Amino acid sequence: MVVAELAQYVATGLLVGGVYALMSIGLALIFGVMRVVNFAQGDFMMLGMYLTYFYALAGVDPLLGALLTIPPFFVLGWIVHRGLLARVTGGGDPQRQMDAQLILTLGLSLVITNATTMILTPTPRGIRTAYATQAFTVGPILLNEARSYAFAMALVLAAALWLFLTRTDAGRALRAAADDPEAASYQGIDVRAMHGLAFGAGIALVAAAGGLLATYYPIEPSVAVNFIVLMFVAVVLGGLGSIPGAFVGGLVIGLVQSLTLLALPFQLQNTGVFIVFLLVLYLRPQGLFGRRARTV
Amino acid sequence: MPSHARSWLAIAAVVAFGLVLALVLQERYHHRVLTLVFLWAAMGLAWNIISGYAGQISFGHQVFFGIGAYVTVLLVVKLALTPWIGMGIAVAVAVLAALLIGLPTFRLAGIYFGLATLAYPLIFRIVMDWLGYQEVAIPMMRERPAWFMQFSEPRSFDLLALGVLAATLVLSRAIETSRLGYRLRAVKENEQAAEAMGVDAFRAKMAAYVLSAAPAAVVGAVYIHAILFIVTPDAVFGLLVISQTLVVSLVGGIGTLWGPLIGAAIMVPVSEVLDSTVGDRLPGIQGVVYGAALMLIMLGAPEGLYWRVRQAVRARAERRAAPARAVTLPPMDTTPASAPTSTVLLEVRDVWKAFIGLQALSEVSFDVREREILGVIGPNGAGKTTLFNVLNGFLLPDRGTIRFRGETVTGLRPSGLCRRGLGRTFQVVRTFPRLSVLENVMVGAFVGERAVGRARAIAGDALSRVGLGDRADAFPGGLTTLELRLMELARCLATAPRLVLLDEPLAGLSTDGVDVMIAMIRRVRAGGVTVVIIEHTMQALLRLADRLLVLDQGRRLAEGAPAEVTRNPVVVEAYLGKRWLARMGTPAC
Repeated sequence: MVVAELAQYVATGLLVGGVYALMSIGLALIFGVMRVVNFAQGDFMMLGMYLTYFYALAGVDPLLGALLTIPPFFVLGWIVHRGLLARVTGGGDPQRQMDAQLILTLGLSLVITNATTMILTPTPRGIRTAYATQAFTVGPILLNEARSYAFAMALVLAAALWLFLTRTDAGRALRAAADDPEAASYQGIDVRAMHGLAFGAGIALVAAAGGLLATYYPIEPSVAVNFIVLMFVAVVLGGLGSIPGAFVGGLVIGLVQSLTLLALPFQLQNTGVFIVFLLVLYLRPQGLFGRRARTV
Repeated sequence: MPSHARSWLAIAAVVAFGLVLALVLQERYHHRVLTLVFLWAAMGLAWNIISGYAGQISFGHQVFFGIGAYVTVLLVVKLALTPWIGMGIAVAVAVLAALLIGLPTFRLAGIYFGLATLAYPLIFRIVMDWLGYQEVAIPMMRERPAWFMQFSEPRSFDLLALGVLAATLVLSRAIETSRLGYRLRAVKENEQAAEAMGVDAFRAKMAAYVLSAAPAAVVGAVYIHAILFIVTPDAVFGLLVISQTLVVSLVGGIGTLWGPLIGAAIMVPVSEVLDSTVGDRLPGIQGVVYGAALMLIMLGAPEGLYWRVRQAVRARAERRAAPARAVTLPPMDTTPASAPTSTVLLEVRDVWKAFIGLQALSEVSFDVREREILGVIGPNGAGKTTLFNVLNGFLLPDRGTIRFRGETVTGLRPSGLCRRGLGRTFQVVRTFPRLSVLENVMVGAFVGERAVGRARAIAGDALSRVGLGDRADAFPGGLTTLELRLMELARCLATAPRLVLLDEPLAGLSTDGVDVMIAMIRRVRAGGVTVVIIEHTMQALLRLADRLLVLDQGRRLAEGAPAEVTRNPVVVEAYLGKRWLARMGTPAC
């Protein structure tokens, strides 16, 4: 029976981890291409939850609603990049430019969280679905239906991103711009457009993840804070900027959260996550998948 | 220095102005805003020590603010200990926490450091929740209110907060003008160059971290007693604390004590006024204003208001362009002398170094004798710079030992090697761009000298010796290649080295420049310093070197007197080429 219980915790952790994985690859994509840690990532996720909620009010099933967040958020991300991030120059010093962009996203995050609180009130909302309280039974293990669907959708979207990056010309150009912006620009790749594409796609992915999360998680403006930290951990775990790494990182976070509950009370479930985070930083700062850059 | 006196006067003026405001203001609400301005300015200054001066952006500095608040309040609650003493204990706890956090975290660089610091306040928050300290109120002490920092007169809190601010300003100014301040700026500008110039970057960062934790804890303790009265994990470890700190610092400008002061003086009243007028209708207005301020400042003046204004003022004052001039070396002051001795200064034995998929050095052994000039030559990728990086401690050899002045130094950090008398310059000059030429050299001078005044004199002297005496106040960005190379050499000489490693010091110089540099290197040796030099131009090296070491594909190919080495058929084959032979005439066979 101990084995069954353990299996149940592992299964629950992986299901939740799938959605973490999806939101984290959005962050990893942005960092990988632009070298900017986007502090507002959690806020776009929160906005994605709200959009899915409003879709649901209009009668759209949230699983479809999550998908339908992708086009508007891609456009929003592109606009935010073009209108804000791309305007930060840093006086020609790339390091200063990235620092300034990071602080800019921090400001953006404060604005989004608080403006949402002002407009939509802090009251938590939820989407009722028939499947939120149902579960599939696999042997001795119960799999919550909402989480299972969310997990499956997350896998599909992650696979779609992977295909885009590896099989299309635009995806290859994006990776080239990530590897070496200067060389890419000599090859005729518009690096600024690639940054806009990456930011738009990264935002769209995290918004969709928010939509999936909304099928089983309360929707409120302050939700961003809790998840941005989990995303950071997942991305660092996977090696900053590595997309497969961030995906596995997200799954690991879900697992760690779930398994922490075996040993510690509920309010300490994120302690396990932070301890894993710090251990990885100390022992393997390049992440589980990253390669250490030469320093000299 | 008059500019120093001016700064202290300005601090006194700020404190006096604060004092006047505290006495003149009447309404309770105005006093509250004033107290908040003082406290957030002090918090910004605390953060500025580690993130502004040392350049290590911390997103978790509220951890010390929270420790200050919790320790003081819990001491009142549990032991009825006065916060006046409790604050001291809180500072001790914060300093201890800074040591424990810094020890592992400063192994991380750049964004990794910043992300790691995020985790600590979150952990504290969870732990405080779990310990049952979700809400700790300060108990009322009616008998001795002043003893327990429970003033009914709001002016008292103004004065207390002003005292904290004044102390933090003095601390910041003391750091700015100390050896530590220069070293922190050097670490921020170029950590590797700082290490090579004898700055133990890890220790400097730790010192800054501890010094920035202490005032943050005091601010937290006072903030609880003046403003909140109830401590909750979210209120002291939460994101709002660090957001507010970042806003006042970044809006004002970091790396100077005036930045957080200006930022707090503008941002705190604006957000408080908005909060009191429309806050009940629009509950998130403060956050929106702070966020918008961060975005606007990053878009418009990412360096902050202080630097932007200063730059504008300076640009107006300094319209006169510096005249272009040729560097001429000052007359020689020492008699040229001292042929190489037979004493071995540096002993390299069986050194190996591999990178992923590349054997950069194999089985390299050689000696450097005191007061010789040893030239290191070899084709591109032969491992010359890797050899230097191993010798000065940037890289750890996979195998082998290095002995310097009779002491085994393998595995020492570059700063440790520099302090033992091993200096170096870089293939691509590594400057501290936002330090003046004189200050660049001072960083080197601090190796042997703690006092700023004397380090300045040593640096000035080193600059005159390389002929850059009149460029002391310029910034590296305005220097020619030759001047940059000479500045780097002066910086290295200011560390009072016994041996210098010069990595292609002639690269990019004109013919005249090469002559100046060669003369300079000869003088360095004449002054008793041993020189190991990497150079591509064979002709130049033949004029300089007493002996040559030839590397090829990471191995020692040959070693010996220049005439011997250049005739060695193996060397000719690997590096010099047949045309060299033709030009040099027939070798003796």
